[in-house]
Amino acid sequence: MLGVISQVLIAGALIGFLTWIYFNTVENLNQRGIPTGFGFLNQVAPFKVGFSPFLDFELGVSSYWRVFFIGVQNTIFVSILGIIAATILGFLVGIMRLSPNWIVSRTAMVYIEILRNIPLLLQILFWNFAVFLPSLPLPKASMTFLDTIFLNNRGLYIPKIIAENQTSGLIIIAFIVAAIIGTFFLRKWAKQRHDLTGKRFPVYITGFFGIIAAGFIGIVVTGFPLSLELPRLGRFNLAGGIEFPLPLFSLWFALTTYTSAFIAENVRGGIQSVAKGQTEASSALGLKRGHTLNLVVIPQAMRVIIPPTISQYLNLTKNSSLAVAVAFEELFAIWSGISLNQTGQALVIIAMTFLVYQILSIIISGGANYYNKRSQIVGR
Amino acid sequence: MKTLVKIITAGLLVSASAAAVNAASHSKSTLDLVKARGMVVCGVSGGLPGFSAPDDAGKMQGIDADVCRAVAAAVLGDSTKVEYRTLTAVERWAALTSSEVDLLSRNSTHTLTRDASLGVDFTYYNYIDGQGFMVKNALGVKSALELDGAKICVQAGTTTELNMADYFRSNGITFSPVGYETSTQTREGFEGGACDALTSDKSQLAALRSELKDPTSATILPETISKEPLGPVVRQGDDQWNKIVLWSIHALINGEELGLNSANVDEMKASTTVPGIKRFLGTEDAMGAHLGLEADWAYNIIKQVGNYGEIYERTVAPLGIARKGSVNDLWTRGGLLYSPPIR
Repeated sequence: MLGVISQVLIAGALIGFLTWIYFNTVENLNQRGIPTGFGFLNQVAPFKVGFSPFLDFELGVSSYWRVFFIGVQNTIFVSILGIIAATILGFLVGIMRLSPNWIVSRTAMVYIEILRNIPLLLQILFWNFAVFLPSLPLPKASMTFLDTIFLNNRGLYIPKIIAENQTSGLIIIAFIVAAIIGTFFLRKWAKQRHDLTGKRFPVYITGFFGIIAAGFIGIVVTGFPLSLELPRLGRFNLAGGIEFPLPLFSLWFALTTYTSAFIAENVRGGIQSVAKGQTEASSALGLKRGHTLNLVVIPQAMRVIIPPTISQYLNLTKNSSLAVAVAFEELFAIWSGISLNQTGQALVIIAMTFLVYQILSIIISGGANYYNKRSQIVGR
Repeated sequence: MKTLVKIITAGLLVSASAAAVNAASHSKSTLDLVKARGMVVCGVSGGLPGFSAPDDAGKMQGIDADVCRAVAAAVLGDSTKVEYRTLTAVERWAALTSSEVDLLSRNSTHTLTRDASLGVDFTYYNYIDGQGFMVKNALGVKSALELDGAKICVQAGTTTELNMADYFRSNGITFSPVGYETSTQTREGFEGGACDALTSDKSQLAALRSELKDPTSATILPETISKEPLGPVVRQGDDQWNKIVLWSIHALINGEELGLNSANVDEMKASTTVPGIKRFLGTEDAMGAHLGLEADWAYNIIKQVGNYGEIYERTVAPLGIARKGSVNDLWTRGGLLYSPPIR
């Protein structure tokens, strides 16, 4: 009973404290003549947002809401790119670190030690100002692949696929989605067959080509309704197509290499935590080194690797807020930076930014924890 | 249970003391705070030659920094009693409204939105500017209207960014912003090739151009696309402090009109018979008392900092921006600097 009362009292005190903070803040802002509220979100944003891969931004039409969502979108975009690349690179380096080959393992060690110990902001600036900007050509001298893909010191330009009408576009997407779902069933079937007969089936290669084939069939069925908008050189830059601006790459590379060094150490720790007997037993069974790693060691190591790697994913997402140094337009730069300064709505904007990072972190750790649970040893 | 009581008591104490602090900071005026501290805390850009940038000796120099000095001279009688805080464009308003600085002298443009919704008051102008563009000569651009499809380096969160959007939209020109946090970064981006043009107030362009490795490789385009009245800003709601900052600038301009400068002010103080000058220097009718200052407040400004013209020649002129006949000249010489009389 006493326990319940104290819980209620603490909750009450907490709520009271937060309410007091809220009213105190609003009161103080009013006293200083700073109106606050959500009204500004519907106003037209008076500045331009340059990079937005999915949402459209039109100067003079789009509202602050749109700016906010573009910020969220770009943060998620660079975080997903970063998490995928950092995971792959981190595993690679982590495994290299344990290689019996002296040069390979030392190279991995040097990589890890250098990247872990230099501040991330410095690395972002390094990639942008010391590597990409000076080494890539000017737009007029762009590197190009068959005049369809261009690379220069402003970014990467790829052709944009334009569907002539929406229905045929949707049909093609439906074909591709069907192929992806089919691949899942194929995987299930292959696993069953493997369990029953021990025969292996190349699921991923089949799935990959299956998806491409499905897309192609979709295009044929709808009668080639697609056209390509190629980037072409204007007076200053390439216009048309899809542009991935240089700062995206600077940020992506820096986040990837920096985080991969930490993940590599997690991987190393995880692999070393697997008892040596397991490796010896699988060698004794005649498994190749690759198979030993993939089928015996890594599945057990994952239990140790995943929890600390989740926090690296969270770090990566939050670290993307350093992008403002190289002018990449993610949430922190265009929302907590530009929008805050243009509207003065610090309270609302900072609260919204908090909330977004909070929600992203919960989603990432939720997803990763789910995977973690599945990969744990089932105790009885 | 005992711990619980402790926690709640502690919570209440914290709330009470926080409320007390709040009340205290509201009752005490900025002037009293500054006098008690013996220091004016002044928010500046800190990276903008001509306006506010440290010199070789680490001393903040520039027309914005000198406004801080003038206020210190007026209030404390000593122009060296200034503590500079370098603030980015994004940080500045919160730094001012949360009392981190006493005034902002950070090349800030006076606009309606800022004046009416940020909880700040603009005083007067210490530099009247307009926005322009700088491009590399190699591009062969002669006018801002040719910039269709260009990437443009800009300092994020400034009126510059908004003017640029307005200008290109009204002229039907497409562009892509490359927004950096500080003006130094915009220069690095421009120099490194991240953008085709750099936009900023023209005085800033001149300053940034002078900092390029090869200043002759870039040109400032002729168009001026906006009005940028720049001046110091104070917190809203402290009228006395507002007036002190306002009249410190008026003293700089009036001093020049009256022919007073740091070299002749002592002699004038001793010998002049002109009533206007006597009033200005506080030897007749102590004007300072109306502002809550000493009688020699304006004398201290002119003696220790100089008049507006002296400051301009020392700070902005070396950037290659001549004053004669420009908007920043006195109204008597065809400029826009017009200051109400000190009487």
